[in-house]
Amino acid sequence: MSTYTPATSGADARRAVLSTSGRSREQTPQSVLFMILLWLSLLIGFVTLAVLLIDTFADGLTRLDGRLFTGYPSSRAEEAGARPAILGSLWVIGTTAVLAVPLGVAAAVHLEEFADRKRWWNRLIEINISNLSAVPAIIYGMLALGTLALVGVQQKNIVIGGAIALAMLILPVIIISTREAVRAVPRELRDGSLAVGATPLQTTWRITLPAAMPGIATGTILGLSRALGEAAPLLLLGGLVFLRFDPNGLLSQFTTMPIQIFSWTAQPQAEFHTLAAGASMLLMGLVLLMNGAAIYIRNRYQKRW
Amino acid sequence: MPEPMPQVRDAIETELQHHQQATREVPDHPERTVLEVDDVSVYYGDYLAVRNVSLDLGHNEITALIGPSGCGKSTILRSLNRMNDLITGARVEGPIRYWGQDMYAPGIDPIEVRRRIGMVFQKPNPFPKSIYDNIAYGPRVTGMQVGSMDDYVEQALTKAALWDEVKDKLRQSAYGLSGGQQQRLCIARTIAVQPDVILMDEPCASLDPIATLRIEELMAELRDQYTIIIVTHNMQQAARVADRTAFFTAAIDPVTGERHGELVEYDKTTKIFESPADSRTEGYISGRFG
Ligand SMILES: Nc1ncnc2c1ncn2[C@@H]1O[C@H](COP(=O)(O)OP(=O)(O)O)[C@@H](O)[C@H]1O
Ligand SMILES: [Mg+2]
Repeated sequence: MSTYTPATSGADARRAVLSTSGRSREQTPQSVLFMILLWLSLLIGFVTLAVLLIDTFADGLTRLDGRLFTGYPSSRAEEAGARPAILGSLWVIGTTAVLAVPLGVAAAVHLEEFADRKRWWNRLIEINISNLSAVPAIIYGMLALGTLALVGVQQKNIVIGGAIALAMLILPVIIISTREAVRAVPRELRDGSLAVGATPLQTTWRITLPAAMPGIATGTILGLSRALGEAAPLLLLGGLVFLRFDPNGLLSQFTTMPIQIFSWTAQPQAEFHTLAAGASMLLMGLVLLMNGAAIYIRNRYQKRW
Repeated sequence: MPEPMPQVRDAIETELQHHQQATREVPDHPERTVLEVDDVSVYYGDYLAVRNVSLDLGHNEITALIGPSGCGKSTILRSLNRMNDLITGARVEGPIRYWGQDMYAPGIDPIEVRRRIGMVFQKPNPFPKSIYDNIAYGPRVTGMQVGSMDDYVEQALTKAALWDEVKDKLRQSAYGLSGGQQQRLCIARTIAVQPDVILMDEPCASLDPIATLRIEELMAELRDQYTIIIVTHNMQQAARVADRTAFFTAAIDPVTGERHGELVEYDKTTKIFESPADSRTEGYISGRFG
């Protein structure tokens, strides 16, 4: 019985009768088929990733050894290591962070807290930032190249050059995630601060930014982990050099892990491919670690207000 | 004017008895005016939200602003310490004088105004910091010279009747407190910058009756040192705590069809509740008490 039968007495009139036929419309053949398709898509993605990981792991395991960390590139695969590339990655990512984080956070705070949205130039900047994240990475390499040429630096393949390219690459990520984090801080907290006589700047520094910090950290780490794996803009800066020394400053020549992996896979000998797989494992491990940290921070400090 | 129904009359009587126990003799007009609202209108963009409000708010008095939703009570309250400056498009027309000085005059720093005229909000809004740091925040940002911050924090919490409940967990997050405790913490935080006036916008709206009562007791205690202006939806509350009451309503403009808030009547609380001069006040109060 599925129709609603009005009863005569006042109290019963409010009681509808639920169907007891046992047939549920939540599980029609179509919906079951659709669920299977969804699961299949998930499975394909997951299996591909797993096979790739296991394959690389099996290949690279023999060379995920001490030599990988201590050795310099060499024409003999058994002696070669990624030491300059690992240090180079650290240098470049560190410099990228120093350039991009203050700039990105400051830009986001300005746009979110101080910029007058009625002004056309502020709207223009906003639109451009969203578009920037869609710009191909290699373009940023060209931009960095141009920047270096502009200030008259002859040497292209230097730490600061790579860092400029990567900083520009991840600026939109940092700006967008910082803005979201700042926007999520409730208006009431700012009001509370302003109502005791704090200035808007004090409010931003002492209330809004600390409250937004987990979100900012998450976005920053994700941006940096993207920069860590990026090779294209650095290749454009001439990053394919055979370095036998450690990078030691902003103007030092450098290579990074993705570039090193790229150059090893281009070698004909299979030993180098094994080496590349080992270095890939290391890079992947680092990226996973960073993303894990980002997820941890996000969950650990989820909304407390 | 229609006589209110007998049970309404009784309810009003009961609350006013509480009122008389809790309050002193109130002169017909404030003896010392701390805030003088002089024919003030407030706009949001082109929209005239409240028009032509004139009020003399007495020093060391509790004044309640009552009236139906949307009649501009919060708007007027926020104008009293220039919190409205922070809303884009909000504009206050007409002077509001603080001890005789127009707080909207050029050259007046709104930061300074807000330090002297603090505000407590509808929803408790402690900072995501420790209880201690919530209190110390105001003195720190305003650069107040305090001998010992520990003693100072204790004083503020004591004044807000919160010290005994939190003295053993000063370093813990303020979010661990109950809603009522959080609201008293916000009052303590406001007191800590030594304001002259404390504005409260429906401070008990999110609290249970017992927590509400504690806040009301606190207000009565604070009256001797501060001036309190409170917006409330709760008629009983206004009758219990306020020395004076201002009744606002919203009238529809016959030409434009827009609703504008206006002040109907402002008088001693006993007068407003027992023998209001305006029939709209009478109707509103007996309706809300029914
Ligand atoms: N920030 C704002 N922007 C535009 N209009 C507002 C804003 N705040 C309040 N108003 C309008 O002003 C009128 C008065 O609001 P409010 O002061 O909040 O009333 P009350 O506190 O008495 O309920 C209402 O019509 C409301 O919609
Ligand atoms: Mg309101």
